[in-house]
Amino acid sequence: MTPLLQVEDLRTHFFTRDGVARAVDGVSFTLNRGEVLGLVGESGSGKTVTGFSLLGLVDPPGRVVGGRILFDGTDLAGADEARLRKLRGKRIAMIFQDPMMTLNPVLRIDTQMVETVLAHDRVSRAEALARARAALVQVGISAPDERLASYPHQFSGGMRQRVAIAIALLHKPDLIIADEPTTALDVTIQAQILAEIQKLCRETGTALIWITHDLAVVSGLADKLAVMYAGRVVETGETSAVITAPVHPYTRGLIGSVPHGKPHRSMLQQIGGMTPSLLNLPKGCMFRPRCPRGDDECLAEPALREWLPGRFARCVHPHLDPHLDDAKERVS
Amino acid sequence: MIVYLLRRVGQSILAVVTMAVLVFIGVYAIGNPVDILVSPEASQAEIRATIERLGLDKPLWEQFLTFAGNALRGDLGTSFVYGRPAVEIILQRLPATFELAFVALLISVLIGIPLGVYAGLKPDSLGGRSVMAGSILGFSLPNFWQGMILILIFAVWLGWLPAGGRGPTVELLGIPVSFLTPQGWAYLLLPALNLALFKMALVIRLARANTREVCLQDYIKFARAKGLSPRRIVFVHVMKNIMIPIVTVLGLELGSMIAFAIVTETVFAWPGMGKLLIDSINLLDRPVIVAYLMLTVVIIVTINLAVDILYSILDPRVRLSEVKG
Amino acid sequence: MTDTTPTPAPLPAPAPARAQSPLLRIARNFAEDRLAVLGLLLFLAVVVLAFAAPWIAPQNPYDLAQLDIMDGGLPPGEASFSGMTYWLGTDQQGRDMLSAILYGLRISLVVALVSLACAITIGVVAGMAAAWFGGRVDSLIMRVVDLQLSFPSILVALILLALFGRGVDKVIIALVIVQWAYYARTVRSSAIVERRKDYIEAARCLALSHRRIMFRHLLPNCVPPLIVVATVQIAQAIALEATLSFLGVGVPITEPSLGLLIANGYDYLLSGRYWVSVFPGIALLITIVAINLVGDRLRDIFNPRLQK
Repeated sequence: MTPLLQVEDLRTHFFTRDGVARAVDGVSFTLNRGEVLGLVGESGSGKTVTGFSLLGLVDPPGRVVGGRILFDGTDLAGADEARLRKLRGKRIAMIFQDPMMTLNPVLRIDTQMVETVLAHDRVSRAEALARARAALVQVGISAPDERLASYPHQFSGGMRQRVAIAIALLHKPDLIIADEPTTALDVTIQAQILAEIQKLCRETGTALIWITHDLAVVSGLADKLAVMYAGRVVETGETSAVITAPVHPYTRGLIGSVPHGKPHRSMLQQIGGMTPSLLNLPKGCMFRPRCPRGDDECLAEPALREWLPGRFARCVHPHLDPHLDDAKERVS
Repeated sequence: MIVYLLRRVGQSILAVVTMAVLVFIGVYAIGNPVDILVSPEASQAEIRATIERLGLDKPLWEQFLTFAGNALRGDLGTSFVYGRPAVEIILQRLPATFELAFVALLISVLIGIPLGVYAGLKPDSLGGRSVMAGSILGFSLPNFWQGMILILIFAVWLGWLPAGGRGPTVELLGIPVSFLTPQGWAYLLLPALNLALFKMALVIRLARANTREVCLQDYIKFARAKGLSPRRIVFVHVMKNIMIPIVTVLGLELGSMIAFAIVTETVFAWPGMGKLLIDSINLLDRPVIVAYLMLTVVIIVTINLAVDILYSILDPRVRLSEVKG
Repeated sequence: MTDTTPTPAPLPAPAPARAQSPLLRIARNFAEDRLAVLGLLLFLAVVVLAFAAPWIAPQNPYDLAQLDIMDGGLPPGEASFSGMTYWLGTDQQGRDMLSAILYGLRISLVVALVSLACAITIGVVAGMAAAWFGGRVDSLIMRVVDLQLSFPSILVALILLALFGRGVDKVIIALVIVQWAYYARTVRSSAIVERRKDYIEAARCLALSHRRIMFRHLLPNCVPPLIVVATVQIAQAIALEATLSFLGVGVPITEPSLGLLIANGYDYLLSGRYWVSVFPGIALLITIVAINLVGDRLRDIFNPRLQK
């Protein structure tokens, strides 16, 4: 079976006044039908730009300059606008981070939903409206008729995100890209939305790319993880394997800084230093200046390599035997 | 909504009263009202009659009450030149000015919005830059000089259009108008263009700035992610958002359009109330000046009120907060 | 005994700061737009020409002894009997248009700049007072500002001059009256934003005097928007003065500004003697365009929303 989405060495650069910002510079991962991929990274690591690149929604001065985006066998990296437009919303949908900003404030909900249906399917307005209504019911919105006739500002944040999800589901897409869709919400609502999306994707067999900086959130949700650092995917693999035995020192640091399931008052680990500026990237491995294992060998940029079965990492000194490494670190 | 409406109407009335007091002070307290309101050629008896009628021998506050009472009854004095009530003369000229202002507003919107949206969508393109450069020029051209250049080119050199005047009019509901006949348009076109150009530059800048801002919003990107056509995004998602500020500003600018019609009417000898004002200033026909001022104040305050109400209808967010408040 | 206080060893010279001063940064940013630089140069040229008029103008257009009625209405480039060339032609009285424009420009600029200075002073004081005292003072001042701004400036100025009569001083007064409110509103809104910030609170806790906080801390932060408004307003003031003079209520005939020169040429326009009003108009246009180009760039620079 060919994978639904296969991204190979994607590069998206921004040509700014101050120089070329390589926001995405070597992103590779694969995603099968119905699978959930967690795309994890700190802010500025290029994960959102990756999401926009898949849909061809990168605005100037940004541009996809290299790599392949094979979606169901066709390459989207070089596809023209008309072709991309047919895919957007129809086969690949996107949910944005801030639900307060994603709905047009001066258009009613029904307008914004019906236009999405009509953009891809030649159906009557009434039928489009019925589908919109059904989608609202599907995401758990009560009194859908009343809601359809409302404006976005009459909704709470969680409710708006549900509407956005309903819009994404209108065409039963093969893939949904969700860009931190719960970050802007209250914690209790976050959990609801999270469960909702998970359930809906499972029911409809939709594949999901969940973009987040929060490893804790995504570890319970994703089948696979792709960890990004400074525009590159530094590690990919099955979620459980990555979480329990991270290969890349950066992933290791990231997991160490999650306060989950540790004894009370135990020290949280932190990664020293800051993410490098995209305009002024270090030579060789991007993580070298912050890496406990960084040395002169890291000055040559490492390629993404399969160190263990199904475990890819971009590192010269990977953690291949976690227990041994832990012991070593405890001694030193 | 009702509370808001009442409060807004109250503010408008307050504005008119304040202006009336200021005009009153200007005419009665600073200047000598006899000089201002009585014709220089009047006889002693006429002067005495006027003093009595306006109560000029009484204390100032009583004079104000007389002035306000007369104003409410629509009596703002009698023109020295025409010997008829000033208000009546001005109202006679009103349709010409209104026609000019509305046509100019229409021109500035119909040409300005598309150009501005285009420049906002493609700010760095050659077309977008040219539109902006043009709008700076339109912004900088002094109205009266630009009108003279229009006359020079289209009337003097090319001879296509008349240099001034209003030409023949036809009656529409008892009001003389120009826009129903080709000859009427020949006379109307240049003055309307003259009056429109400055506002057009304003509309272009406004539309461009708002378009740029709206295009950066997440909801536009989301609309694109939904697979909508660029046409739908521009004409529905962008347009609907930029119309709110544009309508607001334009509504408020309608008042300044009527004020700037003074200049256009003077350049093109257009027989509106602005030309009347300048003529009256030159002839020292002060009752007409006072009447023009009061009427314009009422018109502008009314327009501002109407725009505010329209704005609250257009923007669902305002509508809601006002219902709540 | 000699004073043995050791002179402190010279400190190592501070490393050249990488962060540029704000002024330099603004200048750099400004210089990126070539049109704006052109506008600035043009404006400076106009100012120099206007104030050097008595020394560079071919004749003094108001010294009747220098005028020759025989030279009246000459088209551009024509030479007079005395051999002087009128590059921009002459008006009906035989006045050299080039000289008249230079002198007229001077009057236009003086009127605009003087009214600008007065209006800014009044506006800053009123705006700061409104922002600082708040409450009744604020609402009273802002009521007046709102009322003022709801009427078109040309109307207000026209009526004032119709009541007071014409004159350079009266035009300046009218311009100040129609302009101060813009500055008051601008200063108030940025001062209120600044006032809420922590450092003002800190300054208050230090018990610095009101005046010190207002003028040393609040005012500097109101300067960028004030500059933007001032560039717009100075262009408006020049245009407004010209318009008022054109309408016959502005400056007197003895001190003709550009607007009055254009008005004088209006009567000859239909007979084809375009130069009498076209050239002063072009001078006016160049001045205003130059200012607006500068103003546009400044607005972009100071607009935080468009900054990357």
